Amino acid sequence: MRTIPVFRRTRTQTAKSAAAKDIQISSQWRLIYLKFKRHKLARISMYVLGFLYLVALFAQFIAPYGLQSYDSKYVNASPMTIRFVDSEGKFHLRPFVYELKSARDPETMRKIFVADPEKRYSLQFFVKGEEYKFLGMFSTTRHLFGVEEPGRLFLLGTDAMGRDMFSRIVLGSQISLSIPLVGVGISFVLGLIIGGISGYFGGWIDSIIQRIIEIIRSFPTLPLWMALSAAIPPRIPIVTMYLYIVIIFAFIGWTDLARVVRGKFISLKNEDYVVAAKIAGVGNTKIIVKHLLPGFLSYLVVATTLAIPNMILGETAMSFLGLGIRSPATSWGVLLQEAQKIENVALYPWKLIPLAFVVLTVLAYNFLGDGLRDAADPYKK
Amino acid sequence: MTTQTAQAAQTGKDGQPLLSVQDLKIRIKMDNGTMHAVDGVDFVIKRGQTLGLVGESGCGKSLTSRAIIGINPKECETTGKVVYDDESDSNLDLLSLDPKGKRIRSIRGRKIAMIFQEPMTAFSPMYTIGNQIVEAIRTHRTKNKKEAKKIALEMLGKVGISDQEKRFDQYPHEFSGGMRQRAMISMALSCNPELLIADEPTTALDVTIQAQVLELMQALQREFGMAILLVTHDLGIIAEMCDEVAVMYLGKIVEQAPVKELFYNPKHPYTKGLMKSMPRLGGEKSVRLESIEGSVPMPIDMPPMCGFYDRCKDRIEGVCNAKAVPTTYISDQHTVRCFLYTDRQEGEPS
Amino acid sequence: MLQYSIKRILMAIPVVVFISFIVFYIIQLPPGDYVSSYSAQMTAAGEVMTQEDMDQMRANLGLDRPVYEQYAIWIKKIVLHGDFGFSFNYNKPVLDVVKQYMGLTLVVSLVTMAFQYLVAIPIGIYTAVKQYSAGDYFFSGISFLGMATPNFLLAIILMYLSYTWFGDPLLGLFSNEYVNAPWSMAKLMDLLKHLVIPVIVIGLASTADLIRVMRGQMLDELNKPNVVTARSKGLSETKILFKYPTRAALNPIVSTFGWSLSSIFTGSTITAIVLNLPIQGPVMYKALLGQDMYLAGSWLLFMALLTVLGTLISDILLAWLDPKIRTEFRGN
Repeated sequence: MRTIPVFRRTRTQTAKSAAAKDIQISSQWRLIYLKFKRHKLARISMYVLGFLYLVALFAQFIAPYGLQSYDSKYVNASPMTIRFVDSEGKFHLRPFVYELKSARDPETMRKIFVADPEKRYSLQFFVKGEEYKFLGMFSTTRHLFGVEEPGRLFLLGTDAMGRDMFSRIVLGSQISLSIPLVGVGISFVLGLIIGGISGYFGGWIDSIIQRIIEIIRSFPTLPLWMALSAAIPPRIPIVTMYLYIVIIFAFIGWTDLARVVRGKFISLKNEDYVVAAKIAGVGNTKIIVKHLLPGFLSYLVVATTLAIPNMILGETAMSFLGLGIRSPATSWGVLLQEAQKIENVALYPWKLIPLAFVVLTVLAYNFLGDGLRDAADPYKK
Repeated sequence: MTTQTAQAAQTGKDGQPLLSVQDLKIRIKMDNGTMHAVDGVDFVIKRGQTLGLVGESGCGKSLTSRAIIGINPKECETTGKVVYDDESDSNLDLLSLDPKGKRIRSIRGRKIAMIFQEPMTAFSPMYTIGNQIVEAIRTHRTKNKKEAKKIALEMLGKVGISDQEKRFDQYPHEFSGGMRQRAMISMALSCNPELLIADEPTTALDVTIQAQVLELMQALQREFGMAILLVTHDLGIIAEMCDEVAVMYLGKIVEQAPVKELFYNPKHPYTKGLMKSMPRLGGEKSVRLESIEGSVPMPIDMPPMCGFYDRCKDRIEGVCNAKAVPTTYISDQHTVRCFLYTDRQEGEPS
Repeated sequence: MLQYSIKRILMAIPVVVFISFIVFYIIQLPPGDYVSSYSAQMTAAGEVMTQEDMDQMRANLGLDRPVYEQYAIWIKKIVLHGDFGFSFNYNKPVLDVVKQYMGLTLVVSLVTMAFQYLVAIPIGIYTAVKQYSAGDYFFSGISFLGMATPNFLLAIILMYLSYTWFGDPLLGLFSNEYVNAPWSMAKLMDLLKHLVIPVIVIGLASTADLIRVMRGQMLDELNKPNVVTARSKGLSETKILFKYPTRAALNPIVSTFGWSLSSIFTGSTITAIVLNLPIQGPVMYKALLGQDMYLAGSWLLFMALLTVLGTLISDILLAWLDPKIRTEFRGN
């Protein structure tokens, strides 16, 4: 019997072989990776998030000042400009800032700060500043950049207590970026287990779990969070407080993931290949792990990624209300407390800058999730 | 309401060309090239006659049939001419009309109607059958709701659906498969079209129901005097229903002939292969059904050659894969596209 | 259809019961109770309460009984007497406080819901039909931004803009002159003016989400065979669009009614706190902070119940809209 080569493939392979060949023989994950690479917005978001988390990791090193430091001389100061050319027109290789001195705004008679061209402070790198623990490991006083005493560097202005906004934003990012991850992580595990049980076993187990999920979801999220947060005792160590908050978020967040998992389990449970495995006598756990899981892991990853923005907004909201993170820790939500009063925003608009970071992070995660979802969808071109 | 009796016979135009498809090409841009889904198709449908368009999945027959009334998705680039003998303009090129415009819409459903393969999805599950039939009637024949309903009920009766009043208010999911197809037929014929395009009308039905539906179509064809373009992959149906047959492969018509001629005197190797793969009544019991080796490739960026080359047992290397195949006239009604026959005069009836 | 509805309603009852359990448990959680925070307040004001005073107060308020007893008493009072307890902070029965604010809460919530659906559905249809057009990208962009911005901060930004452009920050729900005035056309107009910012702010995230869902559904439906059939009958594109894909896409949208209410409560809580609106958010917030447990608990209970009601309605609506379920009991 002669074998006849299929017509088209021999011809088009020469022209567009590389990409085409890749798609024909790749595994599921490689396919997803390739499709993902094409989604520009998602890629950019990935880099942005990577950068933000990198900064958060080295926050104490990058921030010129610590959480506790403040200078009551410079309350509500506006952001400083980094200059290269001084008032006489001379160019300096090393960027510098002018010292701030207080003055009165000629129109409103309010106290403001103006740059004093007389006193210059050059930007130094690896400057000595406050002591901290680098990556929680060893103590050091070196910061990435800063100015020498008695100069001050307020890249993004100061708040009502004279604390450097830039430092606080950078340091706050540690909490704002990590709580959602940890919270979603716990939700993920909870949702996977509970949703899996519900979907796989069906019957009355499923009904009960579904009712429980329905009950939890009947509560409007924020009031529920508020109520639970009000239960956190006032003076407890930061770590415990962090844990409580994460648990509160996870406790409500798992329901969404559980529903996704359950839905997928139900639809996949009756697929022929699962029935075949059952008939062949494969045990339940093995069926779940080896046959069902790979089928929807990609959906799970997407659902998880898209659940993170919700947590970010939730944590920000709670901290904003004073029910979440409390001092001495800080997060972007806490920083935004000062933006609550409209006069503050009108007079000191730089206090809204943490908002930009929140929006940026949420957008990045949304785009990332979208990109992952498009990439994981086997039916999209 | 007047039943338009065999309109073609009345005007004495029976057998005259109603629709003439000329050099129809449909191109679709894809990621890895341009697909020539339909590559130069010509045929003529005569009034009151049934033309069968037969071929495997993917040969382009559905796209061809839909191109006639312009309902292909916008990714399809269509060129060529579809000349329709309209009462106001006997040389109306349907392809020149704006696919969203009034002119083509006055033809769709009214002069040329279409029925589809899957009646369950062709109907919307959200509205009753009656609603969807009346919709067609109110678009073309009468705006009066009562009158339209009367016509619809009458049509439902004509296609053999009993208890029409009750059925009128039911939803598609409450009908059985065969009844749904009948309902679709009644919807298509509700405005007395001159041409009915049937895209695989019985493929989704049980065999016994198939026979009923085909009988129904033939009866209605006689009553309304309309032409039918029957698109299918089932040669058995072709044998039963059609006057003429066109065989499509890879976007081209490879053979076209009156039905008896095609079955008793197939010329193209593909047609021959198809015939041999069909079980026949009265054949010897121990004759093996033959199959055509290989599978249908995708017509993307095809060079000029015979599309059937790779699977053809009688191919001539150096000829069949060297240039485009011209059409040869075996007789004035039987054409074939194959190099095996080109020693006869090309492009002219012998 | 009727059978389905009754079944659904019956299933909702145990849900409600459980909700009441959970609510009560939650309001018990904060350490200390009303008496301790009251006495802390008194201490700050200069008056110190003795342990006896506190015990006496506890006994008076019934706070010294075990938890499950307190719950049983609470439930009994609600079910038998419609008595939701006493608000310590407002010094009135809880029901009075609720009534005072419930009206406006419902007005704001319903207006926001209407806004959401009336805006999202047309935009969803438009962006699906004109996919990849400039309008599509524009609305997608706004949707994304809307979803990413915490609504309470959006409130501040909008207030600031309103102040700069119109000279009036539109704080609260009524301008000063109308707060205690009797209802009139002018007061209604004033209310509508003030509703603009809250409705936009509260509804924006859900509206954005709804737009995306509607768009997705429409895109699915636009490619379905029944649209091709309709076209082959000679219907105009507009007619086809609004009769077939839109109708089919609407079903899943309707199913979101219930959760929409819940998310409005969430969004409105914090927005109301920031914008100083006299609706449930700030009331509950203060109640939680002040350990005014019956008030906080009752509000939470109401919100949860309203959500359950909303879900019930949307489930029944969904069943009614789906011909397959609607005709389930029709003899064939």
